Amino acid sequence: MGGLSLNYIMRRLLVFFLTLWVAATLIFIIPRLAPGDPITAMVARMSQQAGFVENADLIIEGWKERFGLNDPVYVQYLRYMGNLLRFDLGLAMARFPSPVSQLVSRALPWTIGLVGIATLIFFTVGNLFGALLAWTKTPKLVKVLIPMSMIFTSIPPLLAGLLLVYIFGFLLDIFPQAYAYHHSFRQPEFTLKFIGSVLHHGFLPAMAIVLVTFGYWALGMRGMMVTIEGEDYMILAQAKGLKPFYVLYRYMIRNAILPQMTALAVSIGTLVGGSVLVEVIFNYNGMGTLIFTAIREQDFNLIQGTSFILIVTSALAVLIIDLSYPLIDPRISLEGK
Amino acid sequence: MAAEAKTKAAVVAGGTKKAGAFNRFDNPWLNWKFLAGVSILGIIFFLIFLGNTFWDTSLALNASAPLNLPPYGMEYQKGKNNILVGVPEHPLGTENSGRDMLALLIVGTPRTLGVGAIAASVGMLVGIFLGFLAGFLGGWIDDVIRLATDITITIPSLLVLIVIQSVLGSVDLITMALLISMFAWATPTRYIRAQVLTMRESGYVQMARLSGVPTRNIMFREIMPNLLPYLAASYIGNMTGAIISAVGLEVLGFGPQRIPSLGVAIFFSIEAAALLRNMWWWWGIPTVILAIVFIALLLINLGLDEIANPRLRKAN
Repeated sequence: MGGLSLNYIMRRLLVFFLTLWVAATLIFIIPRLAPGDPITAMVARMSQQAGFVENADLIIEGWKERFGLNDPVYVQYLRYMGNLLRFDLGLAMARFPSPVSQLVSRALPWTIGLVGIATLIFFTVGNLFGALLAWTKTPKLVKVLIPMSMIFTSIPPLLAGLLLVYIFGFLLDIFPQAYAYHHSFRQPEFTLKFIGSVLHHGFLPAMAIVLVTFGYWALGMRGMMVTIEGEDYMILAQAKGLKPFYVLYRYMIRNAILPQMTALAVSIGTLVGGSVLVEVIFNYNGMGTLIFTAIREQDFNLIQGTSFILIVTSALAVLIIDLSYPLIDPRISLEGK
Repeated sequence: MAAEAKTKAAVVAGGTKKAGAFNRFDNPWLNWKFLAGVSILGIIFFLIFLGNTFWDTSLALNASAPLNLPPYGMEYQKGKNNILVGVPEHPLGTENSGRDMLALLIVGTPRTLGVGAIAASVGMLVGIFLGFLAGFLGGWIDDVIRLATDITITIPSLLVLIVIQSVLGSVDLITMALLISMFAWATPTRYIRAQVLTMRESGYVQMARLSGVPTRNIMFREIMPNLLPYLAASYIGNMTGAIISAVGLEVLGFGPQRIPSLGVAIFFSIEAAALLRNMWWWWGIPTVILAIVFIALLLINLGLDEIANPRLRKAN
């Protein structure tokens, strides 16, 4: 890692922190741009649903005081930023008095696990399939079968989730329809049985993401491989009489994988959005379901906090991918030296 | 001498003409993926047109039809002794609050596609503008635009949209499209910038610059036409993304509730546990229609890719 150029790291870190700042500021500004303030809006919605709220004015005043909405905007902004830096996301209004950070810390590992494992699978499978599609030595049958398996590509994971849960969860009843583990477990534990249950429950949601995503990577990889096949060093490799597998791995895949890594960093945002919706379909115990319930309970604090933490997590994932990029591409580390 | 030059020109012209004739079946736009995708979308639009002409679309409103009917020719067991039979008046069945599924599809499909088209168009226009600006001018303008693009791409747009919509409540489709387009400009900008950077260094642009062609003309007369297939592919990709965002927001319950689009129909079906009640037609038909739309868009996109990139074409 000694060769990592300072310029490159600084730029990545700048993007990371600016992303967090922009996201936090957006989340701060948005509710204040809407007519009225969030508290009045919330009480108005409550009275709309219930028909009447007793002492609405008093409630509004009390909450405004409690949340400091009577202070000047810049004071509110500084306080908000200060709280975020300490990961103090406030309290969940609808599930008073659980702090948002507590609810989030319970849900986040599940989402990271689901998205992480799904990403690992579709990135590996997609790139492998793409490489096989373009490679001249691939058997004919494989070249026919792979495109057929890519039929679901580009459908949103959410819709794939619906179809999967209907076919495998409802009609065939071989996979559970909801939750991240069996309800007989009161809380997560480190036993083989529990891990089995988690895998059993996680299979369909992960498949919903993988099935519709790996095709993209296969197509991207194929495009890169086709370009590389026209390069001069490929002719040299053949002329040298190198073994086909060695050429495939060392000359083709290693070069083609670089843009794929960049593409992965770019696609993290979309990926996280998609998995949020998949979780809603499967009622998975992650951030997506937490956001969905928060939307239903109109718990604005919880929506804000959950969204912000997910944005932080995505930005962190992008940062990690970007910083590990020089490890596989030695050219980057020489840049700026 | 002049005659000789003339015959030479004629030979060259004849030669190119011959090559043209030889290439008539080699027209890159006769790409099966592109044509298949366009045909599928065409058929969908034609069916929507037929439906609007021959079907009563007001049946897409609440309580305009009997509840929970399965598609025609099917039976649906509701409760122990209550078997509902599909009727020809509602060939695709009806849902929980008395909407006719066929009318819902006729009304909902163009609305869903429309959100995608509007958001993608706005995003694309901004993307073309910023992409050209960054790629052509370079310097600090390029730095700022690149930074803004990187940040926008890193933030999962769905989450910010959720925060916005949870304040605004359910909005009409135009507003939703404009909200989505706030994030739909970044990918085209990055893409177009990269293409412009490559083109800027190519021979014909250098030539034009040396000939003193104004920058504006180089951008729009020289580079733009060569970018068209890329722009088209980028637009289609953008539209896919926008529809995915819109459907996502709708499924979370942020769509317009009175006249539903496809995503809103899926939201209602999830709310009513249609999956567990085995009312497959309620969520299944909108899902399949959406899936077909996405497959068509992907085919168009792949086709355009091959049209833009001769190497990919050769590989087939």
